[in-house]
This record gives sequence, C-alpha cells and structure tokens, in this order.
Amino acid sequence: MTADLIARLGKITGPRYVSGAAEERYLYSMDQGTMPPAAPDAVVMPKTTEEVRQIVMLANKLKVPVVPMGAGLVLSGLTRALKGGIVIDMKRMNRIVTVNPASRYVVVEGGASQGMLKAYLDKHHPDLKHSMPDAPPVATLAGNICIHGSGHLSVLGGSHSDMLNGMEVVLPSGEIIRTGSCGVSGGWFSRAPLPDLSGLFLGWSGTTGIVTRLGIKLFPKYRYNDVLIFVAEDPDLMPDMISRLTSVQAAEDMTPWMTPKPDWARGFLHINIAWGGHTKKELIFKRNLLQGSVREYIDRKIAGFLPLPPPQKGRFLKIPSPDLARFADLRRGGGFEYVGAIMAIEHFPDAYRAGLAIAEKFNVAYSLGARIIGAGHAMMFFFAYAFNRADPEDVKRASDALEATNTAALEIGGIPWKAELPAQKQIIEKMDPDTFALMGRIRAVLDPNHIMNPGNWEKD
Amino acid sequence: MEHAEILHRCFRCGYCKLPGNYADINCPAYLAYCFETYAPGGRMWLLRAWLDNKIEAGSRFAEIMFSCTACGNCVAQCAFPEFRDRLLLAFTAGREALLDAGTAPPSVRDWLTRIQNHGNAYGKPAKKSLEWADGLEIDVFDGQEYALFVDDTGIHEPRGREIARAVATLLTTAGISFGIIGKPCFSDGNDVKAMGETALFESLAEKNISIFNALNIGKIITLSPHSYNVLKNDYPALGGQYQVFHYTQVLAFAMGRLPLSADRPGLTVALHDPCYLGRHNADYASARMVLQALPGVTMVEMDRNRADALCCGGGGGNFFTDLLSGGDDTPARSRAREAAAAGAQILAVACPLCAIMLEDAVKSENLDKTISVREISEIVEGRMDLQGNAR
Repeated sequence: MTADLIARLGKITGPRYVSGAAEERYLYSMDQGTMPPAAPDAVVMPKTTEEVRQIVMLANKLKVPVVPMGAGLVLSGLTRALKGGIVIDMKRMNRIVTVNPASRYVVVEGGASQGMLKAYLDKHHPDLKHSMPDAPPVATLAGNICIHGSGHLSVLGGSHSDMLNGMEVVLPSGEIIRTGSCGVSGGWFSRAPLPDLSGLFLGWSGTTGIVTRLGIKLFPKYRYNDVLIFVAEDPDLMPDMISRLTSVQAAEDMTPWMTPKPDWARGFLHINIAWGGHTKKELIFKRNLLQGSVREYIDRKIAGFLPLPPPQKGRFLKIPSPDLARFADLRRGGGFEYVGAIMAIEHFPDAYRAGLAIAEKFNVAYSLGARIIGAGHAMMFFFAYAFNRADPEDVKRASDALEATNTAALEIGGIPWKAELPAQKQIIEKMDPDTFALMGRIRAVLDPNHIMNPGNWEKD
Repeated sequence: MEHAEILHRCFRCGYCKLPGNYADINCPAYLAYCFETYAPGGRMWLLRAWLDNKIEAGSRFAEIMFSCTACGNCVAQCAFPEFRDRLLLAFTAGREALLDAGTAPPSVRDWLTRIQNHGNAYGKPAKKSLEWADGLEIDVFDGQEYALFVDDTGIHEPRGREIARAVATLLTTAGISFGIIGKPCFSDGNDVKAMGETALFESLAEKNISIFNALNIGKIITLSPHSYNVLKNDYPALGGQYQVFHYTQVLAFAMGRLPLSADRPGLTVALHDPCYLGRHNADYASARMVLQALPGVTMVEMDRNRADALCCGGGGGNFFTDLLSGGDDTPARSRAREAAAAGAQILAVACPLCAIMLEDAVKSENLDKTISVREISEIVEGRMDLQGNAR
C-alpha cells in the first residue's frame, strides 16, 4: 500500500519530492513541542495548486489521511499524522505572487515564509511591511494566519487572520475555491461584502482544506521607529495600564512580559510598546501621547518607563527577534512549548498569578507574557516552558505544566490558542454542544471521507 | 561521536536555513531537496535519533548526512551562540561515525578511495602534476617569496588548468616572486576532512607538509579557497606553519602593476563569494578589490552576498560526490538565476570548483546568452593590454 501510494504521489510531484523513508517519517512525526510522535506514511512536497489538488484527489480515492504543513513550527503537534497518511509539506509553494501598493496587499503562495516576504518588501517595496509573528522567519504566512496568529502590528491591525483579504483553498473534495474579493473580481483587497467563507479555514487546524494562496494586508513602513518599556509591580493594575496605553492608538505593538531571568527583571511586569513615525516630529508626538496616557501612574511613583540605551532599543526593535528561539536553550535541551491563550484584557492578573503558581508547582523554567490584540480588544497571554528534550522527566514536567495551564486558562475565561490535542478536547468540553455539532456537520460536508487531519477537533 | 552533546539542543528554529536577510533558502542541501531532514536542524535530530537507536543509518540517512556542503551558512545564522560554532564539527563527526560504520554513499566511498590510492580526487598519476604549467615559463620554487599551490582541480581538471594558467600569468605579469612546487603534491585534504575521513586527511596533509618543509617554503599562494582554508587553519596543527594567501589576496595589492586596458567595453559583474574565502575566513574584500580595480567594471550585488552568500553546491566534497544534482533548485542553478536577476553580465567566481559548478548551471538554466561565468583571474586577464598600451 505505502509503496503504491508513494509511486502515485511521485507521478504527481516527481519522485524527488516524495518520501516514505524512515528518516522523513521520523522527523515529520513530531515538532519541537511535547506531543508524542505520530508518523506519516509519506511526505510530499507539491509545487503548484494543481499538484495539491491531485494529491487530495488521490487521498480521497484511497481514503488516506492528509495533513497540511507549513514550517512545522506550531509547537503543539498539529502537523503530526495522528492516523498516518500523507503530510503535505507546502514549502515549495513559496512565491510572492504580487504586491498591490495602492491597496496595500500582497498575494503569496501557501508555503511562503514570513522572512521571505519581509525580504521581498524590504527590497521592492521599502515603504510597506507586513505583521510578523515572533516565530522564526521560516514560519509560513499561511500557517500563522490559519492558526489566528498575531504579530508586531497586532495592536494596529488585530490578529493576523484579521489581516487576511482572501484565500485560494483546495477543498478535501479536490475543488479549488476562492474566498473574499478574489473570488469575484480578481483583486485580493477585501473579505467584505461577501459571505465570509474564509472562516471555514481559520482555526480549524487543517481539517477543512489546504490553503494554496492568500491575500494579506500590508501596512505603511515608518522611517523612524522607537520602543518604550513601561514597568510596574502590581498585576492588578495591568488591565487599566494596557487600556490607557492602547486608548491613544499610537502603538503598533504592545507586549507585556514577565520572566525570572535576567535577575533585574524578576518580579516586575514590563510592557514593550513599539511605534513609528514618518518624521521625527510624528515619532515624538506619539511618544508623548503614550507617556501621557499613563502619567498618573508615573506621578504616583508606582510605575514608570525604563531608561533604554540605543543598543538595547535596537534589540527590542529587531523583527523577528531570535531571542524567543533562544529560550529553548534555557535548559540546554532544545525544547520549549507554550500555551498561548486568547483572553480578555481584564483577566491579565489571574493569568499572571496562575502562570507563577504552575511554574512553581511543576518546577519548570518559565516565561510569561502577552501580545495585545487590537486597541485592547483581547490579548494572547502566553505561558512558555523550556525543557530538555534529552531528559524524559523534564519533558513530562513541561507537558504536565502545559496541561495544567490549559485548564487554568479555560477556568480564567481564556481559550487555548493553536490547541494541542488534549487542549482541543478541553475546549470541546466547554464549548456549546450545538456549536460543536455544527463544526462536525461542516466538516462532513466539506470532507465526506474524513481525510483532512483526522483526530483533530474530535471528541473521541 | 564527538559533539553528540549538542545535538538535542537544536530547537530546529530554522534560522540556519536562511541568509541574514531571509531572502531565500540558503542551505544548499535543503534548497535542493526541501525536506526538513536535509536542513541542519534535521541532521541534528536525525543524528541524535541514530545514536539513540531510534532509526537506522541506511542509504538515505547517509545521503542526507553527506549532502551537506560544509558551506557554513548554518554556523553564520544559527540563533544559539553557545553551540553554533560546533554545528559543522558535529556533522563532520557524524560522517566520520558513518564512515567507521561502513555506511557512506557509493560516490563518497569511490571518491575517497581514489584519493587514498592516487593522492588526488581524479585518480590520475602524480607524474602529470606539472603539466598544467607547460609553456608558461614559470620557475619551479627555489627560494622565491611565494610558492604557488594549485591542488587537484588546477592540475587535473581541464577547466581548472585554464584557471591555474590565468592565475600564474597574472602573478608573473604583476612581478610577484613565486614558483610552482616542483614535486608532485597531494590533494589538499580540505574536503576530505569535511567529509569526516580524518585519518586520510592527516595523511595527505602530512605528505604535503613534508614536501613544503623540505623546500623551505614560507609563503604559499593557493589557487583554490579550499586549499587556502585548510593550509591556513588545519596544517599548522600538523606541523605546517606557513603564511597562506588566496591568489586574490596577493593580486588585490598588485593590480596597479598590471597593464590594464582602459578601452574595454563596460561590464556589469556580480561576485559569487566562495565559502572558504568568505564565511570560513571572513575575506569578502580581496576579490572585490580586484574587480573594482578594473576599468569599465561595474559591480552589482546579488541578494545573497558576503556572509549571506549561497554556496554553489560543490563544497564539502559534493563537487565530486554529486549528491545535490538533479532538480530545478540545485544551489548552482538557484545562484545562476540570482545573478541574472541582479542584472549581471558576468558572474565572477574566485574558485575553480565554483566556476565549473556555475558554468554548468548557467547552461542548465538556458541563461548562457544572458550571463557568463568567469573566474576573476580570467576577467582580469581579459582586460589587460599585453601589447603595452597600459592605462
């Protein structure tokens, strides 16, 4: 069966881009997180939408599971082949198709990376930028948008899925559809005013289709950029501080962070605030707005802005920053995973205290933080734990801490983001039953043979 | 296996796959195959799995490990400063362990056997080692300031011989005091070392050192950046202490002595930085100094240049073992497209291996009417006025 499958896949993509070898099956069975491995039977790397369509048609015919994968950096095991089958590694479809500077959008293929788009814009459209997540630059745009990621323009533009203008998707049946304006006019400028079919593929963990093209919003790139760090000690004041800082609508990005290392940071709550301006005057004007918004706290001497020398500012303004990846070496073991929970701003103090308690209980190296989404409309609060992959006990500790964190996040009122399998089941438990039933009916319509990333978003 | 203790510390974040500006994939093997297994992080995890008996070292495993060109992009870009410098050492150690286990791809095995038996990668008799210089009227080394070392490709490969002759002609014209080594030398061992065959490397190096020392050589000019790297960085530990220069490093300061013609048509040139001159030894200036000294030459840079340069795919022995060939996205073909996109008429190289790899790639891409690959020595030679009409 497997040899036949690989031969047939090879006829679609060419044999060079198909493998059922032990090496690929091993490496694609896992990601960097703590989820146990689940190996595919084959890994295939299509180059075109047509090849994706043919792969899906073949999988349908053979009733073989299909798992789409971007860079495989989700950390929560969503690209593991839980029921075997085919992992479709999308990275050969990595073209930047077009940029529309007037309407500020870009069209990219489903395997294009964050870094490649950044480099392309830097070179060809230096006055434009897109919102980059904190993930490494090899992370794909499609993967991040499909998991409702966020990034360094999320205060300005919301979640990355909010910055999506439309998609080309290969359905599990093999049909190719286009959502948003591109489905009608050929332009990729808006999801409105049509029925928003993009939602059928956002947050579904690859269970409803394979995204082969996306239209993504771009933003003006400022000549001058700056960062402030606001520091406080009382977590109960954080919601109001965030509310005030976002109320002036000057920042592009706002990321609270709390970590025991370095020593000077321990016990303090920091908020990195990044903004920009076309002129120095605009930059200063916005800085004054931001500083003025929290003046009351400064005057009361219960919070203040951290003096930042220029080299340190440069480090905080570096996008993407390798510092996050480096957290994986905290335990000298190449592993970290995190629960990022989407939650309301007012839950910040509870989330912070829950994170500290869990880290203490499980004795794990932690980093807590958040990314503010929109003008204080929500946040992605993350609880990150480093572990040593070579130490099974350490992996187990991190895994247990994650499960406890998922539980705590749900109890607080948040929702685990890009939830791994156990967290999906916890979410389903709390989900309105009719809503979950509708999810099932939608999947059944789109994917009658149940080939798309099976095992995810299922009760049993 | 040496360096095994760092394997599990790799997070597979993927910075190693890219250049510093993220413009495109910059790991040659990963570019060619795209599977995660071929990326540096994939190799790290696979080696760990092999040592943990989670997978066996079969033929594909060996091909993955030996397809690394040792270009050093991963070392330059890795996000983890505590162990980034050991990445290539770990891959070399992994290859050494595979060779010890008798698991090497046939092309690697055959290449090493040829070198073992003949002292060079081409399996040619040593007596032919001076033929490349026939008719050039170059003296054999006998106490001149420099000895010129041309290695296998310059001796035995027809294209390499052309380049070696061009370099020797330039050095002579510039009045550099040098001689060619009159005794048959052995392969420099650079790529043998990168392939993990340490004992063979040491044997080759010691034989060359013995020849160099017997001739009392103090300064060596190399044709190839590979030779430059190994003579400069690895021979000293084996008793071979020399001042080593790549020929561009000598030429860069002798350009004023060449009879350069001012009336040649203008040329737009992009430089392909060789890995063993650039990333491994941080010299991005010499080759550019040579080109910039040429009247009528305008330099353009490719997106991936200097420390971000894409390897041609011929490093680490892959020139001979050919584990990256086939497919549209071989490093050399990608590089040829990049040079054409940069608007270059000439893709300048400073290494005979790069020259051959990229010349083939330009043809494969049907770009030979748009761009041509020229070794720097040949570009300079072509812009000299040997009839005495100096600038």
